[in-house]
Amino acid sequence: MIGWFRRVWENDPRKDPNAVVYFLLAIFAVLFPLFASVVTGGSPNFLLSVAGDAGVYVLLTLGLNVVVGMAGLLDLGYAAFFAIGAYTYAFIASDHLAVTPLQTTLHVPFWIVLLIALFVAASFGVILGAPTLRLRGDYLAIVTLGFGEIVPRVFKNTSTWTSGVNGISALDTPELPIWFKGPWSGDPLAVVQNFKIFDPLGYYVIMVVLLVICVVLVRNLQNSRMGRAWAAIREDEVAAAAMGVNTVQAKLLAFAIGAAFSGFAGTFYGAKLSLVSPENFGFSVSITVLVMVVLGGMGNIPGVMLGSLLIYLVIFMVLPSLPDTVTSIANAIGLTGLTQASGDFPGIGEFAARLKFLIFGLILVLVMLLRPQGLLPSREREQELTKGTHDDTIIEDVQAETG
Amino acid sequence: MQTASGPASDAAILRLDHVTKRFGGLVAVNDVTFDVRKGEVFALIGPNGAGKTTLFNGVTGLIPPTSGSVVFEGREIAGTKPFKVAELGIARTFQNIRLFEYMSAVENILVGEHCRMHAKLWDSLFKLPRERREEKEVTDHAMELLRFVGIERWAHSYARNLPYGGQRRLEIARALATRPRLLLLDEPAAGFTPQEKVELMRLVGKILDSGVTVFLIEHDMKVVMGISKRIVVLDHGEMIAHGTPEEVRRNPRVIEAYLGKQH
Repeated sequence: MIGWFRRVWENDPRKDPNAVVYFLLAIFAVLFPLFASVVTGGSPNFLLSVAGDAGVYVLLTLGLNVVVGMAGLLDLGYAAFFAIGAYTYAFIASDHLAVTPLQTTLHVPFWIVLLIALFVAASFGVILGAPTLRLRGDYLAIVTLGFGEIVPRVFKNTSTWTSGVNGISALDTPELPIWFKGPWSGDPLAVVQNFKIFDPLGYYVIMVVLLVICVVLVRNLQNSRMGRAWAAIREDEVAAAAMGVNTVQAKLLAFAIGAAFSGFAGTFYGAKLSLVSPENFGFSVSITVLVMVVLGGMGNIPGVMLGSLLIYLVIFMVLPSLPDTVTSIANAIGLTGLTQASGDFPGIGEFAARLKFLIFGLILVLVMLLRPQGLLPSREREQELTKGTHDDTIIEDVQAETG
Repeated sequence: MQTASGPASDAAILRLDHVTKRFGGLVAVNDVTFDVRKGEVFALIGPNGAGKTTLFNGVTGLIPPTSGSVVFEGREIAGTKPFKVAELGIARTFQNIRLFEYMSAVENILVGEHCRMHAKLWDSLFKLPRERREEKEVTDHAMELLRFVGIERWAHSYARNLPYGGQRRLEIARALATRPRLLLLDEPAAGFTPQEKVELMRLVGKILDSGVTVFLIEHDMKVVMGISKRIVVLDHGEMIAHGTPEEVRRNPRVIEAYLGKQH
C-alpha cells in the first residue's frame, strides 16, 4: 500500500488523475462512517444507509461500464439483470416459495446467493445476448430496451410465482457465521455465531468490500487479453475479427459480465431493503445508470464511480430536498413573500418541486456541453473528443493524393 | 504463361479454385483459379474495380465467395469466419488503413497476439502468475515486431497519431502478431514516397525470410515487378493473365487492360 502510494507520487499524480481518484475514493470510503456520525451528531444510520444504496448504483455502473464503456455495446435494458439478481435472492432466501406452487421454502445464505445470482444474471445475459449480439449499435439498443421492459412485466404478471405488484417481502437478513462483539458495539468482548446484519454500518462495510473486489477484478480484466479485444471491437469490429478476435464470443462475455455485476447489485439491494417489487426495476433505473456511465467518463473505472456517486447525490439527495432548501433560503434572505402561494404562483417550494427534473436535465446538458468526454474520461475518450481534426486532414490529404 | 489452372503444386499454400463472387447482378470476381506457393511473393494486380480486394475479403472470410473453393494448407476455408481464418494462419492488412486508432501502437499489436494467447477469463480476472507471464511475453514480442517494422519510437503513441507510413507499417506488424504463415497485403505502398517504397520492399523481403509467404495487391508496377515471383492480373473480375513479371509485362491483354486498346 505504501509502496503503491510512493510509486503514484513519484510518477507525478497530475499525470495520472485515476490514481488520485482511486486514492481519494478509498480515503472517502474509510472515513465516511466517521464523517457521517460527526455531522449527524452520533446517529449516522440514515447517511450510512443512503451510502449503501448509492453503492448499489456504483456497482451497477461498474458493470454497465464493461458493456457500454469497454465493449461499446449500447444496453438500454440493464435494469432487467438487476431485477433478476434481486428476485433470485427473494426466491431462494425467504419464506416466499411456500406461497408458490412449489410449497416449500429455501433459505440460502446471502453470501452464497451473491454467487448464485451472479451466475443466474450472467446466464440471462448470455440468453439475451446470443441471438442479439450479431446486431450492431442502434438495433442492439432497441432489443435491450425491449428486454428491460419485458423482465419487470414478467415479474409483475406471473403473480402465482412472484406475488405480482405486491412484490416479495421479508427477505432473509444476511448473516455472518462468526462475528466478534466488543466495546465498539457497546457489548462485552465475545464471539457470536450466526450474527445477523441489521446495522446500516454492516451493509456499508459489505458494500465497500464488494466494490473493492469488483474494481480490482474489472481493472484486471480491462488490462488483459479480453479487455483489449473489447477495445478493438469498440474501435473497429471488422479489423478486430480479421485479427483473430472472436467478436461474437467477446461481446457475449462483456454482456454476461455486465449482467453478473447487475445480479450482484440486485442481491445486495434485495437483502438490504428486504423487499423486491417490479416497480423498482423500471426503465428509469437503466437510464440513470447509463447517464452515470456517460457522465462519469465512459470506459474509465474511477470516472464512472465518481459519476455514479455524484449523480446519485443529485437525484436522491439534492433534488428531493430542493423545495425545503429554497424555502429556507428565501426565508433566510427575507423574501418570505415568495414562500406563500399567490395567484398562479404556488410558492417557491412547490415551484422548485415542479421544476426538479427540468433542473436535473439542465445539469446533464451543462455537464455534457462543458465536458463532453465525461468528468474523468479514459485516455481514449479524451483524445477522441479533444484532439483536433488536424491529424485527420493530413491523412485524408495523403489518401486523396494517392486515389 | 498460363491462363487456366496449372497442375496442383505440392508447395501451394493457398489455392483458389473457380472462385466467384456476385453482389446481386454484379459479378465482382468471376471463376478465378490460381495458387500461391509457399515461400514466394505473389502479386495480384489489375485496374481499379477489378475485384482484387473482393478476392482478399473472400479468402479472409469477411465476405465469403458465392461459389468455388479456397484451400489453405490443404484445408477448405471458403466461408470460414474471419477470426478462424486468422487462427489458421492467414493475416491481412487493409487498403484504407483500419487500425484501432485510440489504442497505442503496442496495444494494436497486442490485439493481433490475441488469438495466440491462452489466458482464460479466470486467469485475467485474478491476474494469475501464468497470465502475467504471458502478458510479459506478448508485450516483449510486440516490441520486437515494432522494431522489426521500424516504428519502435512510436510504441506508446496512439495509432492515429503515427505518421502515415508508420500506420501502414503498424498494420503489417499487427498482422504479423497473429503469427501467420500467409500474409495478405492490400496495397501496402499506397501513398508512399519512392524512398518509402524501397524500404517497404526491403521489409517484405525480411518478412519472406522469416518464413511467411506474402500475397499482395499493389498498383505500383516498380514494387510489383521488383519483389514478386509470380503475378495474377484481374480485370473486371476475370483473370486475364498469370505468370512471372516478365510474362505478364508482355501480355497483350494486360497492356490493353492498363493502357486501353491500341488503334
